[in-house]
Amino acid sequence: MQYAKPKTATEAARLLGAETGVTRVLAGGTDVMVQLKAGMVEPALIVDIKGIPGIRSITPEAGGFRIGAAVSGLELGDHAALCAMFPGVTEAAQLIGSKQVQGRCSMVGNLCNGSPAADAVPALFAANAVVRIEGPNGSRDAAVETIPTAPGRTSLAKGEIITSVLLPAPVPHSADAYLRFIPRTEMDIAVASAGVSLTIDASGTITAARVALGAVAPTVMLVDACAAAIIGTKLDAAAQAALEQAASAACKPIDDKRGTIEFRTKVAGVLARRAALIAYERAGGRK
Amino acid sequence: MKTIQVATTINGDATEFVCAPDESLLDVLRNRLGLTGAKEGCGTGDCGACTVTLDGRMVCSCLVLGAEVEGSTITTIEGMSTGDALHPLQQAFIDHAALQCGICTPGILVAAKALLDRNPDPTDTELRYWLAGNLCRCTGYDKIIAAVQDAAAKMRTA
Amino acid sequence: MMDTGVSKRKFKQVGTRPARPDGVDKVKGRAMYGADMTAPGMLTGRILRSPHAHAEIVSIDVSEAVALTGVKAVVTGADLVAQDDIAMRDIQINVLATDKVLYDGHAVAAVAAVNADVARAALKLIKVTYRALPHVTDVDAAMAPDAPVVQAGRSLETVPAGMSANVTNQCEFGHGNLDAGFARADLVIERSFTTAATHQGYIEPHACLASMTSDGKAEVWCCTQGHFNVRSICAPLLGIEASQLRVTASEIGGGFGGKTAVFIEPVALALSRKSGRPVKIVMTRDEVFKATGPTVATSMDVKIGMTKDGRITAGDATLRYSGGAFPCGTVEMGAQSAFAAYDLEAVRTLGWNVLTNRPKEAAYRAPGAPQAIYAVESVIDELCQKLNLDPLDVRIKNAATKGTLSSYGPTFDDIGLMATLEAAKNHPHYSAPLGKNQGRGLSAGFWFNFGGNTSVSLTVNTDGTVSVSEGNPDIGGSRASISLMAAEELGIGYDKVRTIIADTASLGHNDNTDGSRVTFAVGLATIHAARDVIKKMCGRAARMWDIDEDAVTWVDGAAVPAGDNAGKFPPMTLAEIAATSLQTGGPLAGHHEFTADGAGVSFGVHLCDIEVDPETGHTSVLRYTVFQDAGKAVHPDYVEGQMQGGAVQGIGWALNEEYIYGRDGRLQNAGFLDYRIPVASDLPKIDTVILEIPNPGHPYGVRGVGETPIVPPLAAVSNAVARAIGMRMTSLPMSPPRILKALSGG
Repeated sequence: MQYAKPKTATEAARLLGAETGVTRVLAGGTDVMVQLKAGMVEPALIVDIKGIPGIRSITPEAGGFRIGAAVSGLELGDHAALCAMFPGVTEAAQLIGSKQVQGRCSMVGNLCNGSPAADAVPALFAANAVVRIEGPNGSRDAAVETIPTAPGRTSLAKGEIITSVLLPAPVPHSADAYLRFIPRTEMDIAVASAGVSLTIDASGTITAARVALGAVAPTVMLVDACAAAIIGTKLDAAAQAALEQAASAACKPIDDKRGTIEFRTKVAGVLARRAALIAYERAGGRK
Repeated sequence: MKTIQVATTINGDATEFVCAPDESLLDVLRNRLGLTGAKEGCGTGDCGACTVTLDGRMVCSCLVLGAEVEGSTITTIEGMSTGDALHPLQQAFIDHAALQCGICTPGILVAAKALLDRNPDPTDTELRYWLAGNLCRCTGYDKIIAAVQDAAAKMRTA
Repeated sequence: MMDTGVSKRKFKQVGTRPARPDGVDKVKGRAMYGADMTAPGMLTGRILRSPHAHAEIVSIDVSEAVALTGVKAVVTGADLVAQDDIAMRDIQINVLATDKVLYDGHAVAAVAAVNADVARAALKLIKVTYRALPHVTDVDAAMAPDAPVVQAGRSLETVPAGMSANVTNQCEFGHGNLDAGFARADLVIERSFTTAATHQGYIEPHACLASMTSDGKAEVWCCTQGHFNVRSICAPLLGIEASQLRVTASEIGGGFGGKTAVFIEPVALALSRKSGRPVKIVMTRDEVFKATGPTVATSMDVKIGMTKDGRITAGDATLRYSGGAFPCGTVEMGAQSAFAAYDLEAVRTLGWNVLTNRPKEAAYRAPGAPQAIYAVESVIDELCQKLNLDPLDVRIKNAATKGTLSSYGPTFDDIGLMATLEAAKNHPHYSAPLGKNQGRGLSAGFWFNFGGNTSVSLTVNTDGTVSVSEGNPDIGGSRASISLMAAEELGIGYDKVRTIIADTASLGHNDNTDGSRVTFAVGLATIHAARDVIKKMCGRAARMWDIDEDAVTWVDGAAVPAGDNAGKFPPMTLAEIAATSLQTGGPLAGHHEFTADGAGVSFGVHLCDIEVDPETGHTSVLRYTVFQDAGKAVHPDYVEGQMQGGAVQGIGWALNEEYIYGRDGRLQNAGFLDYRIPVASDLPKIDTVILEIPNPGHPYGVRGVGETPIVPPLAAVSNAVARAIGMRMTSLPMSPPRILKALSGG
């Protein structure tokens, strides 16, 4: 195995593109190192991207924030303005692993690991995040929901890396929230999860919404039917029930050691409802 | 595998080592540098026994490559106190019987210090969530919480 | 601590809370655990494990591994001495399989190489040809007549004809007429329960460093609960004599029973002998879960009858325990302890052990008792609910006391159950209000406690200090307790005593650190060893005073004339006698070797408040209080620590911990991510109340305390959940999917 720490994204993309064997990108390493330890992967090349300028920065951009691919959960949580604007995303990112893992893990790593249970990803979907990709053919932007394609797989081409993620400026009276279910209070992988972002008007009526569910399908998924269930409502009991039902109806989960189909289907609905209520209140709607 | 030469500062001392590209910082500390205070309980970041601080942030050293720490500053349990003095947290762990077998103790001490460096007066709940990544199977955590709070109180008035 | 009104000896040292002698090393990261030792020229050992739940080993070809540069030795089951004794043979084939692999993770071969990378590569070059066999991992499935047979011919004569060949032993305990008892009841409830296998979950993986030379001299450094046991097992497996093998116990990073078994030490010795170099083996966490002992998985039926006023008229339990792929006697302890808390006219427990394709069960804190008592205490709680009776009053009404014929045979001497129940009843926790979706559960618990073979040596140094050598690895502060008892008996300060764990060459045999025996049995041996040297010191004083030896007695750390007739001499302190000892007859030392008897049984009562989220099945433990009889708490901090730690292990067992097997018979959650032990934020403060009802079998009244605390939590938590959700769960763990399923109508 070789270890490389390039100084630019272009060089990182070139190294990854040129390597014929298995490669891994190293940001926080909290997934890659586990894969190495378990012998799940024996990469020929590991590219540590932390030497790339800006990769560990949080920068205001067009009223939102651009977050470098190697920014850790702890750094996100320590950024007051970011947390105030995107409480759902930053809380989600801070649920990944332990406080030790928080010192290293990144949202982009969480995304590229391709797990349907990744905590940051439903919140990023809901927040309409856009990733910037560096590759052999230069730079491109992509909607975050186009990245995961299957468990452990992404749409990134060989040699492509994500260098940052943009959280676009929210319109006024918008807010987000993320909830996950785990058996303990910490340290577990989500058994089901829901990220919600919504906007309300002066009357408290929801005018826009994005709802994403995690751990209930092969990838995190954006569920339009959930958004439709609450848009045009004041999230009254009927809308809550419709949202819950739409979320459960969208689930295509599996039975595994972490939960049953039945459990995930039911709890995803509960979480979508509860997350929507939190987002609604944060946006300025009454409880 | 060709080894990589790395220069770091560990517990205040300039330290150079060579390691394999896929070797964890924990293995470097334990097997190459004789710093066996950090323990391997799982190797997958689930137990916290290998906790060290890397450039001021606590990490599981099993989830860090040795090759990554070039130019970094690392503190391990061996660097928590100097000479014959104990850090107030270390003394509190003895005074409150906050360890039984003691295997998780180095990681918990490093983690507790990292919290108190950020927040000198945590609530019990904050402390319990901060330490959720440090498994202890002997104590039920009760005396650990009491010890950290006692040390925190002493450190605030020191 | 509560004053129970029992007259007590006045102690000067025992009952205080001094700093433990190994504390500074442990908080500074200097203490040496199993994996922390190195030796010049040391090799890394690694073990190849079966990917099959059950398979015949057709062939093993190690030639490519042997040929790999950096590989210094490869061993298989053929490198260990075949054992005739059946118990030893079970250990032998568990350590390295021979004809068959019996579970996912069963060791098949091992390599020693210059580093871990080469060792890993070498394992991949070992070619094992398996012929897969049908497997069974579920205890009830394994009892079916057509179940795959894990090991043939292992049923004892106690097993009735016609049962599955996987049933290895049957046991039965009890007394009285069950039918008459049930006929007298106003209500009889019969329920079936299951509990999942759980792992001890010690944070330190098994580790050892072994060195063996071609002339049969060998050394082992390892983390173990009993290094004498390691010697007893390794020596015959390597074909050497006990005297040639010295085993030193490292500091131990948790065991809870799981490190009473031997797994890697014989393999490391065989690799060392073959390579001519020291070999270190450290298990990965994955290996710990797959190949070291979890506790038994169980399936149980319990039937109890009760009168309207809360008197239990009869109790009957049938226990089906699986200790994995090898016969195990744990079900007997479950059957004996199931109804031990109660004074019953009619009681019976019937138990079977069943083979399954799972790792060999190892002891886990009160092995066998938590499961059976969970089932019994659940049914009693349901009877209380249905008869509208206070569950503590019912337990008080039926509690075993001094003179009770226990459900497993013996008649109880002084026991602390009633005092413990009354303490719980009078505690503010029991009457605190509860909110919505909350419930309070309680359970009594019991453990026998053991004594066993023990050897202690105590030397009085010329500077007036005392060194105690004992042979039981200190797993939770026992060196402090032993020092306290030596100081108490000798009448000197705690800081004048240092207790160490000696190696196998330095003392007579010591049984494992298990059965809650160390503070009791090693403490007793230490007291006797102190008395032995006191007698010698009195002799030295007598000689110096030129009076009769019998005319000298020992008071407050000094020899004094026994009475005025003996003569008038000022007290001669231990330090004064020690200072001149080399001139008055030579070094002073006492020792004691015995099979300790009289370990008093221990009872505990736990109270638990739980809140359940009815929409997700998530549980939160809100409040928890442990009441336990310690006989005499030698070092109360470490007694409380046992009570808290055991309670939390039991909470984990009740709520989330379980071995999960796939249809392929392979373990699916061999790591701390998905084997979910409680983390700090899962728990409230664990409150403790120590009761002290002296054990008549110990001069200070000491009872073992280590195991009882894991017994009540299973039912205490389950009973709290039952009252919170208005529905009774009969399978552990009560993981959120199971609770939600029950709430949505099953």
